[in-house]
Amino acid sequence: MSEDRDGRTPTPPDGGRARRPSYGQVRRDRIDALATAGTVDDEPGVSLIRSAWKRLRRNPIFLLGAAITLAFIVLAIISPWIAPWDVTARPLLDQVRPQTNPVPGPEPGHLLGGDDRGRDLFSRLLVGSRQTLIVGVFATLFGLAGGITLGTVAGAIGGWVDSLVMRIVDVMLSVPSLLLAFTIASLARSPSQWTLIVAIAVIQVPIFARLLRGSMLAQRGSDHVLAARSLGVRPRAIVFRHMLPNSLGPVIVQATLSLAVAIIDAAALSFLGLGNPDQRQPEWGQMLGLAQKYISEAPHLAFYPAGCIIVVALGFTLMGESLREALDPKTRR
Amino acid sequence: MIRFVVRRLLQMCVVVLVLSMLVFAWLRSLPGGPVSAILGERQTPERRAALEAALGLDQPLPVQYLKFLERALQGNFGVSTKVLPGEDALQVFLDRLPATIELSFVAMVLAIALGIPLGYLAARRRGSVIDNGAVIFSLVGIAVPVFFTAFLLKYFFAVEWNLLPVSGRQSTGLDATRITGMFVLDGILTREWDAAWDAIKHLILPAVALATIPFAVIFRITRAAVLDVLDEDYVRTAEAKGLTTRVIRARHVLRNAMLPVVTTIGLQIGGLLAGAVLTETVFSFRGVGDALATAFRDKDYPVLQVLILAAAVIYVLVNLLVDIAYAVIDPRIRTR
Repeated sequence: MSEDRDGRTPTPPDGGRARRPSYGQVRRDRIDALATAGTVDDEPGVSLIRSAWKRLRRNPIFLLGAAITLAFIVLAIISPWIAPWDVTARPLLDQVRPQTNPVPGPEPGHLLGGDDRGRDLFSRLLVGSRQTLIVGVFATLFGLAGGITLGTVAGAIGGWVDSLVMRIVDVMLSVPSLLLAFTIASLARSPSQWTLIVAIAVIQVPIFARLLRGSMLAQRGSDHVLAARSLGVRPRAIVFRHMLPNSLGPVIVQATLSLAVAIIDAAALSFLGLGNPDQRQPEWGQMLGLAQKYISEAPHLAFYPAGCIIVVALGFTLMGESLREALDPKTRR
Repeated sequence: MIRFVVRRLLQMCVVVLVLSMLVFAWLRSLPGGPVSAILGERQTPERRAALEAALGLDQPLPVQYLKFLERALQGNFGVSTKVLPGEDALQVFLDRLPATIELSFVAMVLAIALGIPLGYLAARRRGSVIDNGAVIFSLVGIAVPVFFTAFLLKYFFAVEWNLLPVSGRQSTGLDATRITGMFVLDGILTREWDAAWDAIKHLILPAVALATIPFAVIFRITRAAVLDVLDEDYVRTAEAKGLTTRVIRARHVLRNAMLPVVTTIGLQIGGLLAGAVLTETVFSFRGVGDALATAFRDKDYPVLQVLILAAAVIYVLVNLLVDIAYAVIDPRIRTR
C-alpha cells in the first residue's frame, strides 16, 4: 500500500518547473498519471492481465475486497427471497409507542427489531442492499458511458475537438464534485432514485473522460497502432479494435473505485433528502437519514445501515486499490 | 510580487464572470423557469405573460444577462422563499457566513495541526506500527461518510455521555453581545468568557467531524511528500556534509515537502464546503452549509444563487491566498 490514491504527488506537466497547480489541475494530473499506468508492458512473454492476476491471487487485501464485493452483489440479488419479512409489511406496528418506545427492539423472528413504523429492520437492511447496488452500479455505468464517449471522441479525433471536450471536462473537474451533485439533484422537480443516479453519474463523467483520453493518446503513439495504420486498417477499426480495448484497463480499475465513491455520495444525497423519498424501496442512505430523529432512543437504526455502507465501500476500495497496484508498472518491482 | 498578485486578481475576475454566466444559465434552465417557481399552482397563460413582461423575461437573453449582472452587482438577488421566507437572500448569506467561517477555520486548523506532524512521523518511521496504523485509518476514513462520523460523535459525546451540547451554536437563554457573528471571537472581544466557552463547546463536535476529511488527505499527502523528499540527493548531501538532524529536517526536508501540502490545503477548502453542508445539518449548526442544505432540499433559488456565487468567489479568493503562500515558500515562482 505504498502508492495510494491521494498520496501520490502530482508531477507538474511543464517538466519540474515549479508552478502551483489549481484544484482542477491536480485532479487532471492525478487522472493522467492513472491513464498511462497499465499500458507499459515490461514483462515480455507474459500478458499484463496474467501477471497481474498472479500477484492478485496472493494479495490478501484484494481477496478481502473481492469477497466483500461478491457477498454484497449476491446478497443484493437474492435479498427479496431470503428476507424474512416483506419490506412494506408492519408486523411490529402494535409495539410502536410514539411516546415511550418509538422503535421496537429485537425479539424472536425479528433479529434486529423493527423501525419507527414497525417494519422488520433486518429485512429492510437486506433488501436495501439492492437499491444501494442499483444506484451505485447505474451511476457508475452511466458515468462510464458518458466518459467513454467523450474520451474516445477526444482521444481519437484530437485537434480542436479534443481541446473543446477537455476544456469542458476541466471546468467540471475544478468544481468540488459533491457540491456539483447536490446542485444537479436539486434541479429535479421531484426526487427519485433516478435523480440520484443522474447526479452521481454526471460528476463521474469528467473523470472517466479524462482517463480514457489519456490512455488513448498513449495508444496513438504505440507500435501496434502504427503497424495497423501501415497495414492500411481503416481509422475507425483502429480506434475501436486496437486503441479502445487496450485503453480500457485503467478505466475499469477506476470504475471499481468509483463504485465506492458513488455509494457514499448517494448516501450523502439521500441523507440531505435529495434521494428517493419512496420508503417502499429501502436504501441504506435513506434509512440513515430517517434514523436521525431517533439518535437518543435508537441509535442502532443508524448504526446498521451506516455499517453496511462502510463495509461495502471499503470492499470496493480495497479491491480497486489492489487492482491498480497490480496493473501499475511502477509498483511491480 | 505585486504584479503577480494583480495578475491573479484579474484572472479571478474572469473566472467569476464566467461563473455568473453559468449561474444565470442555470437559473434559466430550471424546470418551468422562474415564472413557474413564483406562480406555482396559480398559473394561467395571462398571468405568465404578465409576469414575464414584469420580470423582463420577454427580452433577448444578453439583455437579460446584463440586467442580472447589474442586479447582482447591487447585491439584489431577490427574496428567500424557504430558508428564511421574506428575508433578503444576500442578507441570509451574510448572517450565516461568520458561523461557517468559524467552523471551517477551526476544522482546518485541527486537520493541519494533526495531519502534518502525523504524516511526517509516519514517513520517518515507514513500515512501523504508527505508519501502518495511520495508513489503514486514513483508508477507512475514506469509506466512512462524513455525516456518519458526525452522527457517531453526536451520539457518544452529546447524547450518551452528555459531555457536549447536542446541537446549535449557543445555549438557549444565554445573552451574549454580538460583534462579528463568530461566537468564540465575540466572547473573547467582549470578555464574556462564559459565552466564549459556551460557543467553544458547541463548536468542538462539528469541527472535529468536519476536520476528518481534510485530515486524512493532508496526512496522506504529507507522508507521500516527505517520503519523496527523503530520497532526494540534496538530503543525502546535507547529511554527508554533517548538518545537524534538526537543520536537515526543518530546512531541507520539511520546507520542500510543504509545497504539495500547501496546495492540498488550499484544495480542501472547496471540499470543506460540501462537508459543511452535511455536518452543519447533523448538528443544526446555523451556518452557510445548513442554509445550502435547506435551499437544495426545498428549492430556494434566490438563496441558492447567492450561495453558489459566493462559494465560487470565496473559493477563488482562497486559491489566491494559497498562491501567495506558495510564492513565499518557493522563491522560484516569484521570478516567473
